[in-house]
Amino acid sequence: MAAGARATAGRRRSGRPPRYSAFTLLRHGLSGEQWPRVWQEHPLQRSYDVVIVGGGVHGLAAAYYLAANHGITNVAVLDKGYIGGGGSGRSTAILRSNYLTPEGVRFYDRSLHLYDHMAASLGYNVMFSRRGHLTLAHNDASLRTMRWRAEVNQIQGIDSDVIGPSEIRKLVPFLDVSEKARYPILGALYHPPGGIIRHDAVVWGYARAADALGVHVHQQTEVTAIDVVDGQVRGVRTNRGDISTPVVLNCTAGWSTLVAEMAGVRLPIQTFPLQAAVTEPVRAFLHPVVVSGTLHVYVSQTDRGELVFGASVDPFASYSTRGSLEFAEGLAGHVLALMPGLSRMRLLRQWAGLCDMTPDFSPVMGGTEVAGFYVDVGWGTYGFKAGPVSGEAMAECIATGRTPEIIAAFGLNRFGEGFLVGEKGAAAVGH
Amino acid sequence: MIQIRCPWCGLRGAGEFRYTGDVRTRPDPASVTPQEWRDYLYFPANPCGPVVETWYHRMGCRRFFTAERDTATNEVWTLEEGMR
Repeated sequence: MAAGARATAGRRRSGRPPRYSAFTLLRHGLSGEQWPRVWQEHPLQRSYDVVIVGGGVHGLAAAYYLAANHGITNVAVLDKGYIGGGGSGRSTAILRSNYLTPEGVRFYDRSLHLYDHMAASLGYNVMFSRRGHLTLAHNDASLRTMRWRAEVNQIQGIDSDVIGPSEIRKLVPFLDVSEKARYPILGALYHPPGGIIRHDAVVWGYARAADALGVHVHQQTEVTAIDVVDGQVRGVRTNRGDISTPVVLNCTAGWSTLVAEMAGVRLPIQTFPLQAAVTEPVRAFLHPVVVSGTLHVYVSQTDRGELVFGASVDPFASYSTRGSLEFAEGLAGHVLALMPGLSRMRLLRQWAGLCDMTPDFSPVMGGTEVAGFYVDVGWGTYGFKAGPVSGEAMAECIATGRTPEIIAAFGLNRFGEGFLVGEKGAAAVGH
Repeated sequence: MIQIRCPWCGLRGAGEFRYTGDVRTRPDPASVTPQEWRDYLYFPANPCGPVVETWYHRMGCRRFFTAERDTATNEVWTLEEGMR
């Protein structure tokens, strides 16, 4: 980055956020005094070294790693709503790294590693629960893909293997593994390091740690235009005023093509809603995450006991986040085909989030033809699990001006050159 | 439920139809450059607002027709009445 690391005067705090401890919990609990705000509100400065559009896990992670790893602290994260209110808050928060391509496996495994150490490094409990991840195969073709994925995973040193119905029954006793099931279960790809996490805590943890390092998080701040002069980013205009900046990072989901258009950059993305739903809480009975690509469903049980269901994207492109009855009906049918014992469970609510689908089911990361305009977009249905590694890599990309090796395969130029990273076999419904 | 008016069968639930994407002109394969072809393949229009699309009534008359839809609200207007 041209401006480089710059010490900014007038920052109230710097370094690590205050630690949570049993003592502070007791003190606040007994005295009833207000907990300090997790991150601060700041007036919008006239200029920043880096402006990040989108305050989800990707944008906040990028801001945190810019400050923590590269000393670039004069950074603003802008969100038109509230932080974690888009894809990060709507995701089903499943983490795994058992992808299909070597590039994808390596990338997502780095993310899993960062998630594993996140609670300690951010000083915030993100409730990562490693429960194992089962992707069911209902036919020979999917069993073949599972075997393929297991081989690719094992070469990269990832714990991932194909298991049979008897082992599946031991892991998930409620699953119908009989031969008379409508969609018989022939086997599954078992990935023990996979699990679920508290997605809001990840967003808040990054916001808190970035804020302590001097990053400004601006909510309710919508970018309305990006100023580009002679192929170089000069600033952004927002509903709260104009900001001059040499670097803009587009970390939005859903609206990523519209934000990129402001800078004159076209993206190979179409926006589709994805619906998810949650049931009433019940006693813990489902330990691993269960996924069926054939039935377009994935199921996990949260620490509170609710079952979280997700589906594939809606059948047509849209920016609407309204739920539909077809989804609830289809979902219920598919879940009952897998676990008939759930027939009396009640759905509490359903929602939709926006997914930026790319032609090859892989993200788009790195620089663009506009100098200073970076993208971290195209996160389809797999963005949450990649938040930390994308933030880390994009921070390095911006700070050094070089594309890190780990995201080299995911550049925007791959669509012009024809080097796609096909992840449909592992990303389409396999969460 | 979203409803779409098929020019042949009338108003039906969206589940009966298949979305085939925005109307794009396919470049001539004989004369197209690789760059133009990749543009056509990979870079769809993705507006947040009205878009002209082709739909297929797969569980009805099995005809293709053109409709305009607002991608922000999912309001649908059929464009060509009686298209076959």
